[in-house]
Amino acid sequence: MSTPLLPAEFSDLEPFAAKWCLATEAERYSTRLTSSMEEMQAFYDAAMAIGEEAIAYCDQFPLTGMPDQAVNLMHLLYSLIAISFAIECWSQPRVPDSGAAYLDLIVEPTL
Amino acid sequence: MARWPKPQEGSWTEHFGLGTEPISYEDSVSPDFYELEREAIFKRAWLNVGRVEQLPRHGSYFIKEIAVAGTSVVLVRDGEDIRGFHNVCRHRGNKLVWNDYPGEEVSGVCRQFVCKYHGWRYGTDGQLTFVQQEGEFFDLDKSQTGLIPVHCEVWEGFVFINLAEEPPQSLREFLGPMVTGLGGYPFGLMTERFTYRAEIESNWKLYMDAFQEFYHAPVLHQKQTPPDWSGPALKNGFEAPHYQIDGPHRLVSTAGIRLYELPPNMRKPIEGLTRSGNFGPWEAPELGEMPAGLNPGNCEPWGLDSFQMFPNFTILIWSLGWYLTYHYWPTSYNTHVFESTLYFVPPKTARERLALEMAATTFKEFGLQDANTLEATQTMLESQVIDTFPLCDQEVLCRHLHKVTKEWVDDYQRETEVTI
Repeated sequence: MSTPLLPAEFSDLEPFAAKWCLATEAERYSTRLTSSMEEMQAFYDAAMAIGEEAIAYCDQFPLTGMPDQAVNLMHLLYSLIAISFAIECWSQPRVPDSGAAYLDLIVEPTL
Repeated sequence: MARWPKPQEGSWTEHFGLGTEPISYEDSVSPDFYELEREAIFKRAWLNVGRVEQLPRHGSYFIKEIAVAGTSVVLVRDGEDIRGFHNVCRHRGNKLVWNDYPGEEVSGVCRQFVCKYHGWRYGTDGQLTFVQQEGEFFDLDKSQTGLIPVHCEVWEGFVFINLAEEPPQSLREFLGPMVTGLGGYPFGLMTERFTYRAEIESNWKLYMDAFQEFYHAPVLHQKQTPPDWSGPALKNGFEAPHYQIDGPHRLVSTAGIRLYELPPNMRKPIEGLTRSGNFGPWEAPELGEMPAGLNPGNCEPWGLDSFQMFPNFTILIWSLGWYLTYHYWPTSYNTHVFESTLYFVPPKTARERLALEMAATTFKEFGLQDANTLEATQTMLESQVIDTFPLCDQEVLCRHLHKVTKEWVDDYQRETEVTI
């Protein structure tokens, strides 16, 4: 098996890492729109269960020069935030009635 | 029974003398009226085009497309000064600064601007510095052939332009005491940016209206809060504790909520995890004393101030120590470009960064709900089945925008008739 994307403590989240460790909001949002609710529910349940520990882990490092695995974990947590709306609010991937509407993030922080 | 006191006239609408009759939205569906707005408003009012942080050093520049005024403007830092020029070469009218696609806004740093067509060069002060084969030209006076300047002034780091030949008011006069009362707010500390953009199939004023009343919030955004919250919110409806008007500009303040004091059933699990949400990160940065112009109604607890600045610019300041801007750039009578930027103090830790991500993501979910009604509204306003629409007291700022818009158009028509 290849090198894990996430720190060893977070091996429970490793099955979701290849799909959800995404560096940009555009990737996270479009992945959410094309994923099933079952798949996102599984990711949500696993990530919320150890969310506090994941934040505490990332918090040990300075924001600049974070190790790659911690950066991946940050990106995974950003994805958790992105999909939480599908799970907690909408019961569907997309904001209801937003078929024609979009809002592109054109400037975002590097991490 | 109102939860917040109303002015002695009984309503904010009557207090401001705006009339209580239903209003027409003809100004949002008429191509003729749009043509008048272009001349009367967008070529005469001060327009915010960005912030000084986008121009950090000598030679930094960015382009702003002002389709509604039929031009493109270069903003550039020239030493200590910020200058604005029409983005057009004096030689044969080529667009001076662009990459790949002439309609796309670009930014960068340069020593001088070089026209792609024949290589004419201009300094950051707009002076023409080089002409290819200058000897071939006839009576060309380089000192009189610089870039065409645009009036450009800066207030609290916000860069404004005015496309009039001679603006009737300075920027500060135009902004007036209500807006300039924000002077001293630490805008310059909030350099962590999230910028959103969308092309919207509606008149620009419809999106302004969507964000200058919160009457819609308990209904349209109902599902973004747990039922224990949204149920009572829907039943009680929305009331703003304070509205204010100063010249063409307007303000609404809302009451605040101390989210960290709420029981878990009143918030979403992800809000508890990230300690952040629609109102921003729960742990506000230490910003020191606030200017007197912030929360001018002394609301307690205070949530936000939304400064709606004529014609198309909003600064919305949250009590939790961050702010956002909205811009609505018309591209036709029934289309516009919407831009919004969220500004935060740069995070020092991963936890702080995640709280910003939560605030920004929540903003987008709300924004998509607000945007999705606009095309639907525009198409049915254009049916003109209905002439006038009732606005309630919580929609007082919408009433004011349409009134001021008409006044500017009327003034322009009066002045041009006299001139003719």
